Amino acid sequence: MTFYEIVKKYADFDIENYCAAVDSKQIKNILLKNNLSELDYLALLSDSADCFLEDIAQSAWKKTRQMFGNAVQIFTPLYISNYCDNVCAYCSFSRQKEISRRHLTFEEIELEAKNISKSGIRHILVLTGESRSKASPEYIEAAVRIMTRYFSSVSIEIYPLNGEEYGRLVDAGVDGLTIYQETYEPHLYDKLHKGGPKNNYAFRLETPERACRQGMRMVTVGALFGLYNWRYEAFFTGLHAHYLQKNFPWMEVGVSFPRLRPLSGEFHSEYIISDQKMVKMLTALRNFLPSAGITISTRESPEFRDAILPMGVTKMSAGVSTAVGGHTQNPSTVQFEIADRRDVTTMKSDLLEKGYQPVMHDWNNRYIN
Amino acid sequence: MRMKDDDLIIAGKKIRSRLITGSGKYCNDRLIKDVLDAAECDIITVAMRRIDFDRPQESILNFIPKDKTLLPNTSGARSADEAVRIAKLAQAMGCGNWIKIEVINDQKYLLPDNIETIKATEVLVKEGFVVFPYMCPDLASARRLVDCGAAAVMPLGAPIGSNRGLQTKDMIEIIINEISVPVIVDAGIGRPSHAAAAMEMGADAILLNTAIAASEDPVKMAYAFKCAVKAGRAAYKAGLAGESYFASASSPLTGFLS
Repeated sequence: MTFYEIVKKYADFDIENYCAAVDSKQIKNILLKNNLSELDYLALLSDSADCFLEDIAQSAWKKTRQMFGNAVQIFTPLYISNYCDNVCAYCSFSRQKEISRRHLTFEEIELEAKNISKSGIRHILVLTGESRSKASPEYIEAAVRIMTRYFSSVSIEIYPLNGEEYGRLVDAGVDGLTIYQETYEPHLYDKLHKGGPKNNYAFRLETPERACRQGMRMVTVGALFGLYNWRYEAFFTGLHAHYLQKNFPWMEVGVSFPRLRPLSGEFHSEYIISDQKMVKMLTALRNFLPSAGITISTRESPEFRDAILPMGVTKMSAGVSTAVGGHTQNPSTVQFEIADRRDVTTMKSDLLEKGYQPVMHDWNNRYIN
Repeated sequence: MRMKDDDLIIAGKKIRSRLITGSGKYCNDRLIKDVLDAAECDIITVAMRRIDFDRPQESILNFIPKDKTLLPNTSGARSADEAVRIAKLAQAMGCGNWIKIEVINDQKYLLPDNIETIKATEVLVKEGFVVFPYMCPDLASARRLVDCGAAAVMPLGAPIGSNRGLQTKDMIEIIINEISVPVIVDAGIGRPSHAAAAMEMGADAILLNTAIAASEDPVKMAYAFKCAVKAGRAAYKAGLAGESYFASASSPLTGFLS
């Protein structure tokens, strides 16, 4: 069964009605369990769980500490192209936007890699806009081969590929894949992605499955929180990660929580998510999936990122630029404004000060390539 | 007080301490030396995945006293091939020829894959490594590992990091009874009493990490585990008094016959 079939299975399930019926006794029982069911997880997202938020957070902290200790992995994203074939209502790289477009040459990519690696970063996330013509699989593959000379672990956040293409990238040295479904709500997905190849909900949803079958080691999924009802998105994000853990047990499965921020000049959403809801989503997910990696974006402020660290965060980016060429000169338009501008050195010392172990190196692609 | 002639010998090397610790999950690597001192460990295991070949100055190895025996491990390996590769890189980096094989294809429970572990052990023993395979406690697999030349076997007490103790007690006991190489209980030991119980049972040594690293006071906890391992070993050597479901009357009913 693919994850798309699981989403369809829940098509007639009323999440809000289910949550409205959850009572405090149910929450107390869930907090005593070791293994949470999908519906236990949903119950932790209900309003009745609000009174137990501290207990849920404490439990999340214990589970995180047991599984991951005090380790927090640090990585940085590298944007190499912002050309895009899609029309996404919320994205500044959208095809219709008149922005400065850039596409790094291999020499420029190498320069960026050199600059980033000087900061001590060993795990890199390579990003492109979603344009097969401008950032072809071959172009990305060549970029990855450059990256492997400077970094121990290379992940990608690019447009969905077919299985064979993922196989080639794995052979070139890619360890990890990050892919956001943006919204798990199929009708809204169609509405928000009016043009371009992204207008294919199922193909995007099944992307991690195609990559997992090709030997990818890590996969991170998530929604762009704030496009739709937070509870719906959190529930399906959790189900997606759970599905991947069950079906691909050798994979390190992670979840990321990018949140649309109000007044950021981005897409204006009616579903803006409060800090309290973010904490609820994160802690519920950690209780549901104790072994999942959790990433918190630099869209969040340093204060908020630091505050939620104990509740389950295992990966943080630092020294971030969301512009193509942002680590050298003349950066292009940013994809989104970042709120946490800490460089790698500051992030490391802040983590140490708070009793965490900054992990710069957690795998080396030389072990398999 | 040390018991006379009770050193553990592995691959011809005399190991004075039967407690082996890990090096992960600490909030600060500087704690490692203090923990090793308090635990009086001879051997420490280190995940090669955390060691950056290109930046040796930032390596966790710098925090490990030179008089300790390094037991690099292949954490992160998902196949025998990957484990072999990691072992060879560890050796090339000067980490010696002792290697703890961890091959894990299950990221939720982190349970080892015995089949791949056996394959890796076979290859590495032939290449001159002293191999310590971490395994699910299964007698058939333990026998195959011994046949391949493993220097010890390392059955888990419970899933790694779970601190749940000797959940696999009966299976470990069978391995202890039947296997000729040292049996090191690895993973799941969460309390000093768990460690003592494993040693009382006849385990040759204990490997643990989370119970120390994640405690409020790792140095004090390291000391507690040292004492527990010693107490358990002493009890095993002394020979435990037999257990019975029934009480043993101090005035036997048949006493009048004599």
